[in-house]
Amino acid sequence: MSTAALELMTGGESVAWAMRQIDPDVFPVYPITPQTPIIQGFAKFVADGKAHTELVNVESEHSAMSAAIGSALAGARTMTATSSQGLALMAEVVYIAASMRAPIVMALGNRALSGPINIHCDHSDSMLIRDSGVVQLFAENAQEAYDLTLIATRLAERSDVLLPVLVCQDGFTITHSAEPVELLSDDEVASFVGEYEIPHPLLDPVHPTSQGPFAMPDYYFELRRQQISALEAALDGFDELGHEFEALCRRRYRAVEPYRLDGAERVIVALGSTAGTIKDVVDELRDEGQRVGLLRIVSFRPFPAQQLASLLPDAATAIVLDRAASPGGAAPLFAEVAAALVGARVTVTGHVYGLGGRDLHPEDVREVFAGRGQQYVGLRGEPCPD
Amino acid sequence: MPPLKAWSELPRAGAIEPATASRPETGGWRTGLKPEVDLSRCVNCLLCWVYCPDSSVLLEGTTFKGFDLAHCKGCEICAEICPVQAIEMVPEDRP
Repeated sequence: MSTAALELMTGGESVAWAMRQIDPDVFPVYPITPQTPIIQGFAKFVADGKAHTELVNVESEHSAMSAAIGSALAGARTMTATSSQGLALMAEVVYIAASMRAPIVMALGNRALSGPINIHCDHSDSMLIRDSGVVQLFAENAQEAYDLTLIATRLAERSDVLLPVLVCQDGFTITHSAEPVELLSDDEVASFVGEYEIPHPLLDPVHPTSQGPFAMPDYYFELRRQQISALEAALDGFDELGHEFEALCRRRYRAVEPYRLDGAERVIVALGSTAGTIKDVVDELRDEGQRVGLLRIVSFRPFPAQQLASLLPDAATAIVLDRAASPGGAAPLFAEVAAALVGARVTVTGHVYGLGGRDLHPEDVREVFAGRGQQYVGLRGEPCPD
Repeated sequence: MPPLKAWSELPRAGAIEPATASRPETGGWRTGLKPEVDLSRCVNCLLCWVYCPDSSVLLEGTTFKGFDLAHCKGCEICAEICPVQAIEMVPEDRP
């Protein structure tokens, strides 16, 4: 059992600490707010000789992910980090990383995409690469950002997965906010993550392969199907690793976290740090006798549709809070939840909140639970429903 | 052509093992013309063998033998390079 140390850390610092403990072989990276504290912290560990990583200061995020693919497939444990516009520039190569099945772990400090240019949190950057075939795990706080970085390393490298895994933490709200974080010892982390091993690394001269081939209409579809299968396998993989991690430090991670669902009639579904605010409001409303609860999605990709459907109480109303809009269509999390609940005896409603770092206050959550929330929560000039 | 494989039978991410380039029959890429040799003119200089980008000129020892039409893409370099005009591009359906 862990002899855990409790340290005051921001999410950026806790992830940099996890990276030092994992001690990856290669780390190609380009700085961008609000990810910068992660790479700043980690670069200091490398400079001080506390991590033994080849830190590659590339000229752009496009190059960061390109270098990461080569390195991960060559046989080196590889990590990187980015945010917002950096992820947008990287996006083309993120698809390649997934298609080449490169187990890269990436820390993402979620930040609104331009424009207007903004540095604060929403999930539009994550949603931009929603369909790229990478795993996306959303942390609620600095502790989870730390824990999920450790779990992500194992998940990415599972032989039935072998995909990039993003650990998403809300920009500033998590990356820059300090809180007590329970840390594992260096030895515990080393033993949990183990050695990097992938089948047929490019630098294996005994089993040479050519990777990333051209695929015409006769094989493209089949190779895409392989990626879909690998991403689906990550759901069971995450659950298994959740058990193993729990044995190490008593914190249990699930693809979807149920919170006070007993007899719940109105249940918010949300991602990321907002869940902390919602949990407080749920506690208050429960004290007032209201039957409310929360389903927090930890694994947005792969999406735990069946788990979500089985956890939601019968005849409940699912209220989906999206921190990203899909102009002209359904917001991404709402679309996902609605699809998961087709045929279920439930009602699904949705709101968009928090774009570009707009705060979601406890009063807003109360309004949403009461069915009085605006379609765009906290937006000026938005009429309230009657 | 070998039968197409199901997605679950393919190597991960379509990785290609060594020495398998001869498997895809790229002869299907020709667009209507194939090379034909007039052996009475051929002087066995083997320039066609040197220049063929797809290794589709077949030899027997050091003697010109013919074309591997399963892999020849019909690029016409052999017909172009032949110093004695022994190679001609002819319609695919000519026997």
